[in-house]
Amino acid sequence: MIRSEAILAAAEGANPLVPNWWEVLVTAVGFAVLMFLVVKYIAPALENSYQNRVDAIEGGLEKAEKAQAEANALKADYEQQQQEGYAEANRVREEARTEGAQILAEAREKAAAEAARLVEQAQVQIAAERLQAESSLRTDVGALATTLASRIVGESLEDDARSQRVVDRFLEDLERNSTAGTASGTAGVAE
Amino acid sequence: MLPIVLASSTDEGGFAPPTIDQTHLPDILPWMAEYGTGFGKQMLMIILSVILISAFFMLAMRKPGLVPGKVQWLAESGYAFVRNGMGRDIIGEKEFKPFVPLLFSLFFFVIVNNLFGAVPFLQLPSFSHAGSAYALALIVYIIWIGLGIKRNGLKYFKLAVVPSGVPGWILPLLVPLEVISTFLVRPLTHSLRLMATMLSGHMIIMLAGAGAQFLIMETGNVALQATGVLVVLGSVAMYFLELLIMYLQAFVFTLLTAIYIQGALAANDH
Repeated sequence: MIRSEAILAAAEGANPLVPNWWEVLVTAVGFAVLMFLVVKYIAPALENSYQNRVDAIEGGLEKAEKAQAEANALKADYEQQQQEGYAEANRVREEARTEGAQILAEAREKAAAEAARLVEQAQVQIAAERLQAESSLRTDVGALATTLASRIVGESLEDDARSQRVVDRFLEDLERNSTAGTASGTAGVAE
Repeated sequence: MLPIVLASSTDEGGFAPPTIDQTHLPDILPWMAEYGTGFGKQMLMIILSVILISAFFMLAMRKPGLVPGKVQWLAESGYAFVRNGMGRDIIGEKEFKPFVPLLFSLFFFVIVNNLFGAVPFLQLPSFSHAGSAYALALIVYIIWIGLGIKRNGLKYFKLAVVPSGVPGWILPLLVPLEVISTFLVRPLTHSLRLMATMLSGHMIIMLAGAGAQFLIMETGNVALQATGVLVVLGSVAMYFLELLIMYLQAFVFTLLTAIYIQGALAANDH
């Protein structure tokens, strides 16, 4: 069925293992030319480019690592500064608070002192006015009493020096009585 | 292959499968001369591959940038694949550098010539012709033996065929085996593996094409014409399998070269 003669003919006609010597030569020469071009031009260019890339990538990685480290340091620095800032702000706020309290206390103290001073001044003034009133009262009462007495007696008690002494004595008696009975605070005023 | 032949040969028309002769087209110079007498298509494609590879890589690396363009990226990926995957990993970090250009040239020379078999109109894997495979294997053979001698002197041959740590009485058996496997069989398998896979792939495509053409055009039978369509579909699947094999064989050829070189360099280490 198979055309055995054809296959036999094929086997006889061309043995695939037998080389065509021209092809051997052309292949060898062709490969030699290719080798020459590769050794001379192609491989150096490729190797060079390959090495450059490897260097660039490794260098780039190194650079990136360095940049990362730098960034980390910066970040730590920044965070520390931030922390310091917070602490500073807190401190300032605290200081202001204490200072404010102090100022307030001082103001309060000053106000109290002022008030005390005013009160004292008022008292002194009151005492002085009272003294003044007392002395004027004393003169007026003396005059009034003398006038009244001279009207009653019908004769003039114009002798000022005498009448003045009488009035004084009377008032002194009065004073002594009140001094003996109540506090001695008014004694200074009376004198 | 066989079922297709059987199916078609039941027809009275008879199907003549394509033969290896048909992979040998008439030469170009002189025009249509008998194959083998002059300059043929296969040789033209070898030259074309050299031009294509060198032109591509030279253009790609004409103005290399640190950030590569698409073409430069492609070129460098190919280079890095050979350099690291086959050079550095096989030969070793210390000594691989000088051999990268050789491995690089081999890999791209073989893969481009293989892929020619998948390009319409070219459609001829250069290494399906034994001569080309022999030539490359011979170059590699000379290189690794040369390296071994350069590294170890003539003692290299003893190092290569006399395994250390083996009892003396077994050596008479082992040494001839090592001689045969290392110095005779190695270059043959190195070249024939490539040639045979490329030739068989090429034959399958040819056979599928011829078979489909016969089934559809010449049988005049609807059922057989339908099987012809199946053949076409199957050949598309085979085409993609071929692509994989073309790449794989280039990879294997280069990888073996790296292994041979490594063996020659490290002959004294064990």
